[in-house]
Amino acid sequence: MSTLVSLKDVVKRYQRGKQSVEVLHGVNLSIEQGEFLALMGPSGSGKTTLLNLIAGLDQPTEGEVTVAGERIDRLSGGKLAKWRARHIGFVFQFYNLLPVLSAARNVEVPLLLTNLSSKQRKQNVRAVLELVGLADRATHKPGELSGGQQQRVSIARALVADPTLLVCDEPTGDLDRENAEEILRLLQMLNRQQGKTIIMVTHDPLAADHASRILHVDKGRLVDSTERNAA
Amino acid sequence: MKYFMLIWAGLWRKKTRTILTMLSIVVAFLLFGLLQGINQGIKAGLSDTRNNRLWTTSRMSAINSIPASLMDRMMTVKGVRTVTHLSYFGGYFQDAKNAIPAFTTNIDKLAIVYPELNITPAQVAAMKATRPGALIGRPLAKKYGWKVGDKVPLGTTIWTNNDGSNNWAFDIVGIFDPLPGSSGNPLASAFWINYDYWDEARQFDKHRVHQYIVQVDDPTHSAEISSQIDKLTENSFDETRTQTENATLQSRLKQFADINFIANAIVGAVMFTLLFLTANTMMQSVRERIPELAVLKTLGFTGGKVSVLVLIESLMLCLFAAVVGLILSAGAMKLVGSVLGPATLLPVVVIIGLVIAVALAFISGLPPALRAQRLNIVDALAGR
Repeated sequence: MSTLVSLKDVVKRYQRGKQSVEVLHGVNLSIEQGEFLALMGPSGSGKTTLLNLIAGLDQPTEGEVTVAGERIDRLSGGKLAKWRARHIGFVFQFYNLLPVLSAARNVEVPLLLTNLSSKQRKQNVRAVLELVGLADRATHKPGELSGGQQQRVSIARALVADPTLLVCDEPTGDLDRENAEEILRLLQMLNRQQGKTIIMVTHDPLAADHASRILHVDKGRLVDSTERNAA
Repeated sequence: MKYFMLIWAGLWRKKTRTILTMLSIVVAFLLFGLLQGINQGIKAGLSDTRNNRLWTTSRMSAINSIPASLMDRMMTVKGVRTVTHLSYFGGYFQDAKNAIPAFTTNIDKLAIVYPELNITPAQVAAMKATRPGALIGRPLAKKYGWKVGDKVPLGTTIWTNNDGSNNWAFDIVGIFDPLPGSSGNPLASAFWINYDYWDEARQFDKHRVHQYIVQVDDPTHSAEISSQIDKLTENSFDETRTQTENATLQSRLKQFADINFIANAIVGAVMFTLLFLTANTMMQSVRERIPELAVLKTLGFTGGKVSVLVLIESLMLCLFAAVVGLILSAGAMKLVGSVLGPATLLPVVVIIGLVIAVALAFISGLPPALRAQRLNIVDALAGR
């Protein structure tokens, strides 16, 4: 397996008023292609910040972030946006779907940034909605779907442009156990059958059990890494 | 075009607010279209006036009469080609509310001085042959359904006839069709009466007229000819003032009100208010969608692209509503035109309206668009 994500001596500081707060202190990390990594840690430990840096949503104060062979810490706003469109699929805790668009239209949004024709876009949307088991809900708006279904639409949106890396920020945080289990099995299936590299931030040890590796973050440092054979 | 669904979705996220804002814009542009239409209609009417026509009235007031005998003397002034005259009849049909623009004149000269009225020699001959005859413009005939051969009773608030009555009757001997482009001229829809018949039949102010209309050979000599005409009555009881037709009409209009200023002031105030309203709507709309815009940026939309989406949304809101407002104003123009006088929605008004709508969209859409562009994804997603 080759290294897909590499962080070298990454430091992240935020300016809060007059105070500078260091959230990450010299983090070094490698993530292999095809891994399903769970990032765990208490609130404020820096795990979401770490995820944001890997996904190109934020820039490190110091250090290097290399994803898919590209030093994204050197990319500017516009280039970084285009890089995200090409390489990253996002799954959020609260789904973050556009409420006035149907499920299919929501899934189509990332494809608007490609050169695909309308017909090709619709074919791809149908394919991913079938993959997440929601083809029959394509015309429903988010408000007409359950939490679990909305999160599956969100996963379909993350997958539709075939990204290099799937980043999930507490994807089961807003779901009951049954729906959470469904979503985790879906992510596991995508990792195992489609070979998707997934990084998931979670508080939930049961959710982390589905990952192939668990990383613990505490007070801005990686404190523990557990290799596991997920069930 | 592929982004249309995103713009449309943003626009209709809060239907009630969007519809109410659109209605405000529609009403504003309806008002704009109407006021500018009336303004342009009056300007078009004035532009239809000819520089080779001078109007001579009493120096005291336009409603004071001057001697009819002046006409022959005016003809002796060098540069004068033809002279006609008109007097106000102050007529109404059946009810004083139905005012009729009725004037008395010498019809053969009127036909020469006002060629755009398109009065035919046959109509002139018919008037000459029928002393109580009347020649009317097509718009007036249409309005009251009058046709040639009808005997029309007209009341007047001014003139008592020899019978001691204020009721007069006229036989319609012709209906003239003004040339295209003359519809703004009030004389095009007038009720013309034979001066000689009227002067003989009225009880007072005989052998006098309200004004002369002088056709000159060369408009560049208008000032000099005007001066020569006014010299004819210098130091008499009936001193005159002679001006070009255009100058007379403009000064009369300004005595009533500066329509141009009023129209522009009202439209300016409405548009200024509208700017705040639309800007507020757009700001509110964008503020509510911060997380959604942050998601778009997360998915790879650049700041520039997101700001353009917001601007186009603002443009669609303003432009669509403005077009509806202008279409409604074009429809309402016919109704208003019959009450307030000539009104027309000229292409230039439509173009100005659309330019204002685009400017409104950009000015009101720019602050929220810039906000969307500068949005920090991490802060926005965290709800900060």
